[in-house]
Parts: sequence; structure tokens; C-alpha cells
Amino acid sequence: MKRFTAWRRRPWAGYAVVLAALAAIGVIYAGLSPRTDRAEAAHSAQAAADLANGRQLYNKNCASCHGPNAEGTKDAEGRPLAPSLIGVGAASVDFQVSTGRMPAMNPGAQVPRKEPIPEFNTNIPTDYHDPKQREKAEKQKAQAEKNLADLRNYIQSLGGGPEVPSAEMVDPDSGDVALGGKLFRTNCAQCHNFVGSGGALTGGKYAPPLSNSDVTPTQIYEAMLTGPQAMPVFNDTTLTPEQKKAIIAYVVKTREEPNPGGNGLGRIGPVAEGLTGWLVGLSMMVLAAMWLTAKKPKKLKKS
Amino acid sequence: MSTQSTPPKAVSGPLNFLDDRLGSTTFFRRNMKKVFPDHWSFMLGEIALYSFVILLLTGTFLTLWFQPSMHEVVYEGSYTKLRGVVMSEAYASTLHISFDVRGGLLMRQIHHWAAILFMCAIAAHMLRVFFTGAYRKPRELNWLIGIGLFTLGMVEGLFGYSLPDDLLSGTGLRITQGVAEAIPVVGTYIYMFLFGGEFPHGTHGEIIPRLFTLHVLLIPGVILALITAHMMIMWHQKHTQMPGPGRTNDNVVGYPFYPVFMAKTGAYFLFTFGVIALLATFAQINPIWMYGPYDPGAISAGSQPDWYMGVLEGSLRIMPNWETTAFGHTISWNVLIPALVPLGLVFGGAALWPFLEQWITGDKRHHHLVERPRNAPVRTGVGMAAITFYGLLWLAGANDVIAERFHVSLFATTWFFRFAIFIGPVLAFVVTKRICLGLQRKDAAVMHHGVEAGIIMMSPEGGFSEKHEPPTEEERAVILSKENKSPALRTADDNGIPAPGAKGPLGHLRGRLHRYWTFDDIPVEEHDHEEHAEVDEGARKELTH
Repeated sequence: MKRFTAWRRRPWAGYAVVLAALAAIGVIYAGLSPRTDRAEAAHSAQAAADLANGRQLYNKNCASCHGPNAEGTKDAEGRPLAPSLIGVGAASVDFQVSTGRMPAMNPGAQVPRKEPIPEFNTNIPTDYHDPKQREKAEKQKAQAEKNLADLRNYIQSLGGGPEVPSAEMVDPDSGDVALGGKLFRTNCAQCHNFVGSGGALTGGKYAPPLSNSDVTPTQIYEAMLTGPQAMPVFNDTTLTPEQKKAIIAYVVKTREEPNPGGNGLGRIGPVAEGLTGWLVGLSMMVLAAMWLTAKKPKKLKKS
Repeated sequence: MSTQSTPPKAVSGPLNFLDDRLGSTTFFRRNMKKVFPDHWSFMLGEIALYSFVILLLTGTFLTLWFQPSMHEVVYEGSYTKLRGVVMSEAYASTLHISFDVRGGLLMRQIHHWAAILFMCAIAAHMLRVFFTGAYRKPRELNWLIGIGLFTLGMVEGLFGYSLPDDLLSGTGLRITQGVAEAIPVVGTYIYMFLFGGEFPHGTHGEIIPRLFTLHVLLIPGVILALITAHMMIMWHQKHTQMPGPGRTNDNVVGYPFYPVFMAKTGAYFLFTFGVIALLATFAQINPIWMYGPYDPGAISAGSQPDWYMGVLEGSLRIMPNWETTAFGHTISWNVLIPALVPLGLVFGGAALWPFLEQWITGDKRHHHLVERPRNAPVRTGVGMAAITFYGLLWLAGANDVIAERFHVSLFATTWFFRFAIFIGPVLAFVVTKRICLGLQRKDAAVMHHGVEAGIIMMSPEGGFSEKHEPPTEEERAVILSKENKSPALRTADDNGIPAPGAKGPLGHLRGRLHRYWTFDDIPVEEHDHEEHAEVDEGARKELTH
């Protein structure tokens, strides 16, 4: 006690106390927080692994055209073969891969929508009766979703870009259908037709139909945001997120709407109507005329 | 009608009253027995007649609710997807008819399907008349009326589908405006006069009320008058008939109007109504609620007119973008040519054809017995060429739908039609003429050897041959209805005086055309001696090669 009293008056005592306190805090902190620290380390390790998975998927499926560093490739004459993916963003990747357009089968005027490759196919059926089979399918689906997310994040990490919209942003039930119809007719119908049945474009390109239920609201949003292939970009200043939601509401509600007048004849306008008039209408009338004139009245048969 | 018992007084009283004043008994006695020949193709025109009746009835129903007004309103009706949208009263009232008037949508659809069928039936009827030569003297006038009716039907249809003021009809009016403006010198005046100001709806929204008046009053009135004239002329001239046993140029073989034909034609009206009602119930037509209200800044892919305007759409689509500027005026060949030339060729050609044919063949006789298409190869060939021309332009009007549905490039379809429109008709003419001549040869062979019986006979030497049977009475009458053509036009009469018009360039042209009309005609006649026929055929062949 005496020694303590004596030491506390020494000039270095204050420093010693501070040092001791700091050491104590350090020791206590080290004793209490190693868990969070380890979790953080584990998390970043997981992220790195996911990114590595994304990179690996990229190298396997995309790099042959888009280049080892996503810088795009050119042919011998300097014409671009595949665009650079730096800065295209997660939304673009999600659209192209989830619609099966990428990886592309062969280059042409336009890359068609198709079943996504198994690694990215999130639409596989999981409603099997056999629990084993169901478990396997669910696992595969989860893996496909993870693969898609990893690939998106990998491309996003290269140079940013538009992000995948949230479920709330694309909810067709909360959009203004009347506004959406107006916007659709002004911005979309000239290529996609008045209800989104699709249409032809120049040079062998085409606007794909939006009338099939496998065109998800998220994909429609991403298409507007990123402007894939022949489609122009409708960024958030051209069409605000609220307007995009309205358009999605119009497309989805219209394709779900029954035709009050009977068969919709493909909802492609008067061409189908004229064809029906000639083939069905006139044919039925001709058959009726043949039947009527083939009948000989009994009374006059002899004459 | 020859009942012995006297009718009850309740019937005979009013009838006598009418008869004393109108003298209608004699009229009915004469006309009730009017004979109508029986063939399914003679009923095609009736489809048009009955569709027109249905059009008048349903059209009247629609006018009870339709508001021909460009006044702007905010829609608050029961179609939720357009609620709160600003639109014209014309469009809003059409929505009202479709969704809020009981049976309104059905009536709209019946009206539209009847219009489609009306035009289909006129086209089919005209093709029947053309290919059987039923337009020949004395029926040229009715042929011209028919062409007039088809043309009026096109205009009536255009105005009709423009009335609802939806996106598609506005697009059609935009093209109408462009065509009006393309007329040199007076184009802009005509456009301003028609629209009452600037597109889309004039200074005070004049366009829709004007189209409405034309659509419900003027054009239907003219059509009705022309139909009446058409029917009266037909009644007066009597119907043509197909060749057959006992049918000559001087009689009509068929059934009397009362009771047989009346029952048939009455039933046919019900059939027409039934088919149109079926279509209107099960096939949706012109869903204006999906097109949306017209907005000059909007357009839809697959914007096509109704089928009868498709030929104009097609010619516009494949036309190269040609314009010339002269004396400060632009002449838009790119709109003017497609608007006037193809239909001018088809309809103008059709109108001139009966007179042209008379001039070429020198045939001024009355014809009441129709000619089989094979027996007039040039006419049939020209008809097929016209169908090909029209049909290709028609398809070209749907080129984006073809490109989209069949996955071909849009530009490829345009270029295909640009060439096909010239090559196709020529090919069709040549092929059709060859087929006709082939069928003539077949007829000659039937008259020559008889019909193949399908019985194979073996001769004592072991050779096989097919037995031929003489044609039946019916077949003989049909085959022998052919008039064998004389290869040369008479250039001089019996006294050696040259026929008028045989000289000069026109006369030479006529001579050449006449030769072309007849030179490869295969004579079909009865043969008594086979050797004689063989020689005759050989001589004819030499002549043709």
C-alpha cells in the first residue's frame, strides 16, 4: 500500500494508468468479442467464395464471347462480337440469363428467349410426390437461384450498374392500370402490339410477345431498365419507377383479362379477323348453299 | 295455287281490296312463277344481300347509343382499365355500348362480322360472275353496279371502323389524310375540306360527325339504291344458268320463285344470320377497349385495316419512297401510286373487261348460258392473274404479321412482294391458261374415246386395255356446251366490204388479240369416226405449234 502510494506520485504514474487501462480494455474486448470478429471474417470469406463462384460461372458460360475480363470481344475487322459487361449491372444479367437468352446458342439478328440452361434454370418443377425427388429438385432450384445471384453480383462488382428491382417495385397489383395503358400505347405498343402480342422489327429482329405468363414482372422491369437487344433503354428519368410499375400492371392485367367477345383470335388485330371471315364465315355459307341447292323438292322431282 | 275451295272471307276481302286498287294479282301471277336455276354458286350474291339487311338492322341499334362527337370526356364506365382516361365521346359511347348496354357488344360484333361477310360475299360473287362469263351481254350493267357496290362497301367500311375513334381507327384516318394530301395541287384543300381543319379532328371536332353522316345516311342509301337496281335488272334479265341437259340460251331451267326458291332463299337468310351470329358470339372482333383511345403520338404493331382495305395497305407498304419536287410542289409518288394504281388497275380493268372482251372477240350476242372457265382460257388466265395481283398486295398488307408469326425477316417479305407483284400475275396467267387448255384436251378426249371405266380388259393376245364408256347425258351436255372458236376475225363481210375497224393500228391490235384469244383453242365435238378425229386433232396441233 505504501509502495503504491509512493508510486502514484511518480511522474510516469499517469501514463502507466492509462496504458494499464488500455491494456485492460484491449484484453476485455478481446475476451468478449472474438465471436463477431470471426463471423465477420467468415462472412467476407463466404462473399469471396460467392464471388469466386460467380466468376467461375462467368468463365464457364460467358467468357468465351464476352472475354476473360468481361471487356467484350471483337472480330478480325474490329466489329464487336459481344459487348463489354462492365457496368451493365445485375439487372441486365438477371434479365438475359433468367429468360434463357444468355448464354446464347448462336449469334443471329436477335437472340431468342429459351429455357435457361440447367445451371440457371429457376423454373424447374418441384411439386413431385416422391419426397426424394422433390428434395433433389428443390436443391437444384436453390442452387440455380444462388448461381444466378452469384453471377449477377460478380458482374455488378465489375463496374456497378442497375440493380435487380425489389418485389414491391414490380408488384402488378399496386400499379395504376389506366396510366400504364396510356404509357404502354405511347412507348411500347409500336413494337410489342397493343396488348403485347409481339411484332416484327427491321432486319430480322422482333419484339417478343409479353402475353405469355412466363414473362415475369421482374423481367419486364429489367428490360425497360436495361434495354436488351433492339429495345431502347427507359431509364428512371424517362419512365419513373412508378410509371414502370404502371406499365407492368397494364401488361399483366391485360394478359390475364378474358376476352368478353369470344375467342381473341390471337389479339393481333384485323388480319386474323379477315382470315376468320373468309375461312370460317364464307366457308360455312358456301356449305349451307351447297346443302340447300342439293336438296330436290319432292313435289317437283318428276317434272 | 290451284285450290278448288274458295278462301275464307277474312283472307279474300283484304286481298280483293288491294287487287282492285293495285292490280297486283297479275303482277304476282307473272312473277311468282319466275324460274331460278339451282346451283350453290348462284347464292353467293345473296349472302351479301342478307348481310346488308343485318347491317341495316344492327347499325340502327348501334346509333341509338353511339355519340358521334369529339367532345372530350373522362371515362367513368364499367371497364376499369380505362377509368379516368380522357377520351372522345365517340370512344366513350362505344365502350358504353360494349360494356354497359345489354347485348351491345354482341350487336357491335354482329355488325362488324356482317360487314366482313358482306365484302367477302361480294368478292366471291364477282369472281363467280367473272370466271363463268356471266357478265357478258346483256349483263354488263349489273357487272358495273357490282363493282360500284364493292367500292362503296370499301368506303363505307373505312368510315365505319373509323367512327369509334380508337387507336386503330385513328391510324386509318391518318393514312386517309396522307392519301388526300398526296393528290397533286388540290390535296391539302381536299384534306382540310374533309377534316374541317387540322388532323386529327378538325377545328371543332368535325371529322367524326361527318363520317357518321356519310356512314349511316348517304352511303347506305346509295348502296341500297344500287342493290335495288341490281336486283331489278337481274329479275328483268333472268338468271344465267350452268350448261346441262335441256338448258339452252333461250330457256331457264330451275325452280319457280314460289314456293321452292322462296323457301330456299328464306332459309338462306336464316343461315346467313346464323353464321354471323355464331361468329359474333364465339370470335371477338375489333376489341376497341384494348386498342385504347386515339392518340396521335401512339401506334400499335400490327396496325392493319379490315380485309377489304388490305390491298391498299399492302401496296403502300411495298412502295419505294419516291418523291419529286417540281415548281415548289412535292409530288408524293410513294403515296399516290399505291393509293391509285393497283386498285385502279383491278377495278378499272374489271369495269372495262366486258367491253374489251366484246371488242376482241367480236361477240355481240346475248348470253344466258354461262361459259365454263376452261373454255375461255384467256379470260380465266387474266382472272387468275388479277387474283394473284390482288392477293399478293393483300398479303403484303399483313407483312409484319407474316414476319412475326412465321419468323421471317420483315425486309425479306417486303422485297419478296416487290418482285412477286410483277412476276406472280404473269406466272398465274401462263399456268392457268395451260391448265385450261389441258382440260379442253381432256374434254376432247372424253368425246373422242369416252370416259375411263376403271375396268381393265385382257385381250386374247394378252394385252391389257382399259374399257371406255360413253359419257352420260349430263356429261355430254356440259362438255358440248363449248363453243369452238374460229381462229380469224372476219375482216370482210359477204360482199367483200372490209369490216369497220379492221384496219389501222387499232384494227391490227384487235386482230392480234383475237388471234391470241382463239388460236390454241381445242375443238370439242362429237366424233363418229375415230380416224377423222385423229386427223383433225393432228391438224390443229400443227396449227398451234
